[in-house]
Amino acid sequence: MTVDKLVESISNKSDRIGRTVNLMEVCGTHTMAAFRSGIRTRLPEQVRLLSGPGCPVCVTSDNYIDHAIELAMTENTIITTFGDMMRVPGSRGSLSLAKARGKDIRVIYSPQQALVAARKNPGREVIFLGVGFETTTPLVAWTIQNAYSRKMPNYSVLCAHKTIMPAMRALCDSDDVRVDGFLCPGHVSVITGAEIYKPLCREYHAPCVIAGFEPEDILLSIDMLLNQIISGEASVEIQYTRSVTAAGNKLAQKCVNDVFKPCDASWRGMGVIPSSGLSVRSSYKEYDAELKFPRIRVSEVKRDTGCRCGDVLRAVITPSECGLFKKECTPDNPIGPCMVSSEGTCAAYYRYSRIDE
Amino acid sequence: MCLAVPVKIVSLSKDRYTAVVDAGGVRREANVAMIEEPQVGDYILLHAGFAIQKWSIDDVKEYNEIIQRREDSIE
Repeated sequence: MTVDKLVESISNKSDRIGRTVNLMEVCGTHTMAAFRSGIRTRLPEQVRLLSGPGCPVCVTSDNYIDHAIELAMTENTIITTFGDMMRVPGSRGSLSLAKARGKDIRVIYSPQQALVAARKNPGREVIFLGVGFETTTPLVAWTIQNAYSRKMPNYSVLCAHKTIMPAMRALCDSDDVRVDGFLCPGHVSVITGAEIYKPLCREYHAPCVIAGFEPEDILLSIDMLLNQIISGEASVEIQYTRSVTAAGNKLAQKCVNDVFKPCDASWRGMGVIPSSGLSVRSSYKEYDAELKFPRIRVSEVKRDTGCRCGDVLRAVITPSECGLFKKECTPDNPIGPCMVSSEGTCAAYYRYSRIDE
Repeated sequence: MCLAVPVKIVSLSKDRYTAVVDAGGVRREANVAMIEEPQVGDYILLHAGFAIQKWSIDDVKEYNEIIQRREDSIE
C-alpha cells in the first residue's frame, strides 16, 4: 500500500475510534525514522506517537559513564566504544573530554574491532563499552566467547546491556502515561522473536505490532495497531515479516545465554528495574571489566542541571516541555543524553519537529 | 543504535564466521557466526558488522519495491 493510502486508512480509523490514542515507538531507531521521513506530520491529531526508552545510550546512567571515564584514565588501557557514547555527559565530563585530554579512546563500528585492537596491542588492556539492547548483545557475547577460546587475557567488556521487555512492563505499570499500543522494536525482535511481547497483551491488554523502519512499514504498523484498538483486541502482530519470526534468532539467543545472566539495572529516568540488565557470567569472569577493574571513586556526583531527559524517556513530557530545550541544550551543547544520541528523542525533535510541537 | 541493512554474501572464509558482503556496490567483511549455514548468494541483515538474520528473495523483492515507491514519490 502506498504512503498516501495508508495515511488515509489511518485517518478513517482514527475517526472511527473518536478519541486520542497514544502509540509508543519503543525504539530510538523508530523515533528517528518517524521524524526523518516526515510521517508524524501526516498523522491525524488524534493519533499521537510517543517516544519510549529504547535508546540505549540515553538510558545509560551517569555512574556507568563515570566508570568508563575512570577506565580511560587508568594507565595502559584502550577504551573502544560505539560513537554515540562519546559525548554523553557523566557526572564528571564525557569520553570526548577524556579523549581530548589524550586518553586512548577509539570509536569502532563493530565489537569485533575491539578484539582486533586487543590482538594488535598485547601489552595493553582493551575494554569495550558494552551498551545496547538485544540487537547488539549477541555480538558482544560472541567477542567474549572468541576471546575465551583464543585465551586472550587483555580483552574485557564493561557491561551495561539491557533488555527491553522489563522497561515496557515498567511503563505499563506506571501511572505517568497511558499507552494504547506499542510499535515494538524491529531489530531487537529479530533476535528475541515476537513471542516475548505476549505478556504485555495478556497482562496489560496492550496491542503490539513489530514494525520495520521504512515509512511504509511504520504507517502500516500504526494502521494494524488501530485495527486492534477498534476490535478491542490485544495481540502481537509482526508487520516486519522481512526480518522477524515468532521464535527469533536461536544462535544469537544461545550465545547471549552462554555469556550473560540477568541482573537488576539502573535506567536513566526510570530508576532500577529488576532483571532488566545483563552481567557477565562467572564462567567468563576474566572478561568482565567490572571485576577486572573495580571502581576507585564510587560516589556519584549529583548534577542538578535542570535536564529532564528522564521524563522524556518515560514519555511523561515532550522535549519542548523541558526548560533547557533549544536554549541551553542543543546538539552543539548537549546537557542531557537524549540530545547527544543520534537516536535521542530531543535530538530528533530539535532537527525535525514543527515549531509548535 | 539498532540500525541494520540488507547485504549480499559474495564469499565465505574458512574460519566459518567471516564473509565478504556486497552493500550497494561496496564490499566489506562481515561476521556470519549468528547465521545458520550461511551460503554465497544469501541476503543477510547486517548490524554493527554482524549478520543477524537471513532474508529470502521475496524479502529482498519487498524491500526493493518499498524503496522504489519511496523514490518514485520524491521525483
